[in-house]
Amino acid sequence: MARIRLENITKSFGPHVAVDKLDLDVADGEFFVLLGPTGAGKTTTLRMIAGLEKPTEGVIHINQVNVNDWGPAERDVALVLQQYSLYPRLTVRDNLAFPLRSRIRKLSEADIDKRIDYASKTLRITHLLDRKTDRLSGGEMQRVSIGRAIVREPQVFLMDEPLSALDAKLRESLRSELKDLQMRLGATFIFVTHDQVEAMTMGDRIAVLNKGRIVQVGTPRDVYTNPRDTFVASFVGSPAINLLPGSLAGDVASVAQAFQMPITRSAAVEGPVTFGIRPEDVEVAAGAPNEARIHDVENHGIEKIVTLRVGDNLMRAAVPARVEVKVEEAVRFSWNPDKVMLFDAKTGLNLRGQAA
Amino acid sequence: MAVVSSRGQRIGNLLAIAAVIVVTFIMLAPIYWIVSTSFKPRNLATTNPPTILFEPEVSPFVKLFTKRVQLKPKEVVDYENAPWFERLVFDGGERITRSGKGEIQLSGYPDRFINSLIVAITSTLLAVSMGTITAYGFSRFKVKGEADLLFFVLSTRMLPPIVVAIPMFLMYRAAGLNDSHLGLIILYTAFNVSFAVWLMKGFIDEIPKEYEEAALVDGYTRIQAFFKIVLPEAATGIAATAVFCFITAWNEYAFALIMTNRRAQTAPPFIPSQIGSGLPDWTVIAAGTFLFLLPVAIFTFLLRNHLLRGMSFGAIRK
Repeated sequence: MARIRLENITKSFGPHVAVDKLDLDVADGEFFVLLGPTGAGKTTTLRMIAGLEKPTEGVIHINQVNVNDWGPAERDVALVLQQYSLYPRLTVRDNLAFPLRSRIRKLSEADIDKRIDYASKTLRITHLLDRKTDRLSGGEMQRVSIGRAIVREPQVFLMDEPLSALDAKLRESLRSELKDLQMRLGATFIFVTHDQVEAMTMGDRIAVLNKGRIVQVGTPRDVYTNPRDTFVASFVGSPAINLLPGSLAGDVASVAQAFQMPITRSAAVEGPVTFGIRPEDVEVAAGAPNEARIHDVENHGIEKIVTLRVGDNLMRAAVPARVEVKVEEAVRFSWNPDKVMLFDAKTGLNLRGQAA
Repeated sequence: MAVVSSRGQRIGNLLAIAAVIVVTFIMLAPIYWIVSTSFKPRNLATTNPPTILFEPEVSPFVKLFTKRVQLKPKEVVDYENAPWFERLVFDGGERITRSGKGEIQLSGYPDRFINSLIVAITSTLLAVSMGTITAYGFSRFKVKGEADLLFFVLSTRMLPPIVVAIPMFLMYRAAGLNDSHLGLIILYTAFNVSFAVWLMKGFIDEIPKEYEEAALVDGYTRIQAFFKIVLPEAATGIAATAVFCFITAWNEYAFALIMTNRRAQTAPPFIPSQIGSGLPDWTVIAAGTFLFLLPVAIFTFLLRNHLLRGMSFGAIRK
């Protein structure tokens, strides 16, 4: 088990800077998620931890040891990829045995069998052991490839979007399986994803990356309720947060010259700001202070996501499924004044806790 | 409407089949000619119109593999009277059937055929293995000036090889590589390696590098990963490349004619040289050609599954 520390890591490919002065500290036994859009540098970061890429600058520590000059084999990390993760032409059993047969491990066949047995039982793939990998479904493939990581008993599990190629149903069930597995093994996981749901449901902590830099590190709750800027706010959460331009005078928010609403001040600012309000904090109810028209309705079963039109602005609200709404119908709405986030109109930074 | 179009389709299909039959017939006619001629008695080989039905003989093959040497009467006497060691020198160490008047020796053909096999197989192995390793390097590592280097590699194919025949001949003579297996092997390997690099690069580019990276992380070295993961995956490409290299080396005529004369001569320059003097025996030449056809045909046939997959490149892999 291991603690991973990245210190001032920069990686550039020619003129392109993929990762820019990145600092991370992943605790032993933590499920740590690197979250960000495509091209944010998540995979490059993971590959540097694995030893497949060398950082241009900076130091990587595993258990307080500088491993910059170590090859991937010496670092004792296991890697699970999105696809092409299994060796073709081999059976599932041979795939699981492959890392164990490496010369650096020198395991007896009996030990290998024991470990394969344990891993395949853990992941419920015992019935697949003698199958060729091209005869597996996507979910089975990813199970086997996680199994190939487990048999190694590595210091760290590195996962690069292992669930992204799977269909929604499977993704959901593997998500909880993975989290469960990590807790049972007590291992350090570093998990790369662009899917904020995966990050929120599995991560002990999340690092949100954008354009090669870390924007925010925190618990899922922290990242959700207290995003550092509008990027994090809009990246995390589905349906996405409503970001509306407006201005603040006293305790009254004037939103996009369309409506006014009271807020509970979280920062002593005046003048132009960007308001952030999550859809679940917008309430549609008769007798609420503001009027809007229904622009669109999405039925999610458990709830409805209603897009409201106020003037030229669109704003999403989550309403209970039983509420009947029709497109173009006039409704009244309000928001929870305690939950309104304030962002700087220019920089997009969260203004909470900042003096005016 | 539907009926009409389906009848139209059927007629179209019939026409297509007929066309294929005609084309196949035209394509195979020369091959049939060679094969049938190699089983004909000599007097039927050049009849006009050609003889289609005849009683097949193996005499062309017997003649192909043997040569008759007429001994002059004085030589026969000399031979009879010579002591045993001189006799040994006289027959050149070959076992001979002696009638007193002439003798039957093994002809030059089997040696030439074996030379062809040695040169073609060795140069194919060399070109394909060097090509595979080089292609792997180009495919997986950042090589400075990669595009230029690859173009340079290919540019060796752009000149008609015969242009360099005379300088090559002089260099080979100076280096003592004339009329040697090694000389031809080097030459053919050099021809083929550029082609092998390009072809193999295409195939190796198709193999996801994630496989090797997984192996690296799993505790294998780059070389081990290459042999355990890349080579089996590239088998199809290797087979296709090998067939092309083998065919090129096997069929090469011009350099073999110039660079070799006896010791290392391959079959291509040898077969037509038999036409040389007197009235040519076309059945023997046909027999030689027929046997010469076989290795490529067999090699290609054995690798046909790989070839089909190889030719469609990435189409099968998703």
